[in-house]
Amino acid sequence: MSIDAPLDSAAPARWDPGVHSYVSMGYYNADYVPKDTDVLAMFRITPQPGVDPIEAAAAVAGESSTATWTVVWTDRLTANTHYQAKCYQVTPVPGRDGEYFAYIAYDLDLFEEASIANLTSSIIGNVFGFKPLLALRLEDMRIPVAYVKTFQGPAHGIVMEREYLNKYGRPLLGATIKPKLGLSARNYGRVVYEACRGGLDFTKDDENINSQPFMRWRDRFLFGMEGVNRAMAETGEIKGHYFNVTAATIEEMYERAEFAKELGSVVVMIDLTIGYSAMQSMAHWARRNGVLLHLHRAGHGTYTRQKTHGVSFRVISKWCRLIGVDHIHAGTVVGKLEGDPATTKGFYDTLRDDHIPINPGNGIYFEQDWASMPGVMPVASGGIHAGQMHQLLDLFGDDVILQFGGGTIGHPMGIAAGAEANRVALEAMVKARNEGRDFLREGPDLLRKAAATNRPLEVALATWGDVTFDYTSTDAPDAVPTASH
Amino acid sequence: MRLRHGAFSYLPDLTDDEIAAQVRYALEHEWPVSIEYTDDPHPRNIYWELWGLPMFDLHEPDGVLAEIKACRATFPQHYVRVLAYDARLGRQTTALSFLVQRPDVEPGFRLERVEGPDRTQRYSVRSYAAEAPAGSRYPVASSHGPEPT
Repeated sequence: MSIDAPLDSAAPARWDPGVHSYVSMGYYNADYVPKDTDVLAMFRITPQPGVDPIEAAAAVAGESSTATWTVVWTDRLTANTHYQAKCYQVTPVPGRDGEYFAYIAYDLDLFEEASIANLTSSIIGNVFGFKPLLALRLEDMRIPVAYVKTFQGPAHGIVMEREYLNKYGRPLLGATIKPKLGLSARNYGRVVYEACRGGLDFTKDDENINSQPFMRWRDRFLFGMEGVNRAMAETGEIKGHYFNVTAATIEEMYERAEFAKELGSVVVMIDLTIGYSAMQSMAHWARRNGVLLHLHRAGHGTYTRQKTHGVSFRVISKWCRLIGVDHIHAGTVVGKLEGDPATTKGFYDTLRDDHIPINPGNGIYFEQDWASMPGVMPVASGGIHAGQMHQLLDLFGDDVILQFGGGTIGHPMGIAAGAEANRVALEAMVKARNEGRDFLREGPDLLRKAAATNRPLEVALATWGDVTFDYTSTDAPDAVPTASH
Repeated sequence: MRLRHGAFSYLPDLTDDEIAAQVRYALEHEWPVSIEYTDDPHPRNIYWELWGLPMFDLHEPDGVLAEIKACRATFPQHYVRVLAYDARLGRQTTALSFLVQRPDVEPGFRLERVEGPDRTQRYSVRSYAAEAPAGSRYPVASSHGPEPT
């Protein structure tokens, strides 16, 4: 019996020991108005059958901030109402029984400045295993300007990258070296040389190329830079190969990145699997040392792809911009990997624009102001080919890197021809767009016309012209009522 | 050798009509347009010589085309390019850049190597043309026609 209990109360008082509902502890508050400095999150909640959705939402708020499953007196040594997250809105997801959108506000004081590791540990570190939830997905977050400003942001950003490479007015082109594994260092460098000489701006290590018995990193870097520099001399434009510096420890990563820099590489690459702290270390290194930083989103598909459970890639995109990397793979729509047009547009807008308005049709549930933080160059990679150039330009515009691995190396006339075919197709499409042509509709004709004076493109279209990857997307947007914040 | 520089270097050289269309695209976006020339086409040579100042507040490409022709007439064996600038917040940078003239003969670049410890090399790209002093780097093509590219 607590001395705080009102005389006629049937419900327990707030601080009575024992289990109380999360709602009664204040984790749900429909009257709460989020502050401009609050971090906001929107979760898709699927409660277990019989669990009240508002209580489930309040539990998510609690378990991602200050709560535990039972009342603790030590809470009363703190300004607990300040620190507890508040779920301020719960709405059913239209057309999907049993799912609810829960909007939750977190005070800025909950977070360490400029730490994605802390932000993620806080928001997703505990609550996703919670038994009363069948499934939980972090759909979107609003990062307040006050928090944005504590982060470095992209080491260079889109504008600076273009000035660095001296390339304007068109998408950039790249290719991942194929086969993914097995080439010797010398043969690997040959592919780098041919692809860059033929007309691509970049070539790329694949995510699983780190330093294996068939090719150690140092040898790859030496032969790769030979290829890059030969290609620069052949063409007169700046070239780069994304050397993957992912390693078992951060110390080894620094050693590899320093070597790439000493050899004169303009870019290095890391995998998402190194973790947020390592990514932030590398982003700071990249800015200090003037080297572009490419991120391969390795492993994201394990948790970004299913509609009901995990973390949406748009949230990953925001974290990566804050960290920040200069390039991030963000989907192709028309290639071999998952990504429908609307949600992919949402990712691209989140990465590139300074101010993104609410647009549930693209999966954007919060207004996001980046307060002049530079943008991240999105990368479209995976099963795309020259025959899709009109679609790619229409979907993504100029600030994108289009990567054609198989689509370069698999060209019947050779790798350099494959690269040239892609470059000719791209430039022809950009030129037509600038001239005011309806390039999306006329795309195949424009490509054929360009191919009439370019044999590599003619052969590329003959080889791949009919290839498409048409599957139903696993994660398309829901039509939702407009969020109030 | 064919210098790869600007947005359209892998297409056949643009005709004056095609150049005008690109300039019109820039003007529709309210991007000021600038003409620059050089006989030092090194990939890291950012600052080509300005042919006059950037042109602001234009509505038609004619003035730009006239200046391009004047620049070509004055420097018939230089590289000439057109740039457009985007001054909007969040950009404030070059929006478009493309070549509008090449010299008849483009001798290309040599890759210089300075050997270092173990197999490391320090590389440098040097233009054959830039071995001659500025102003006399690109000869007019001989009667046999331009060098193969």
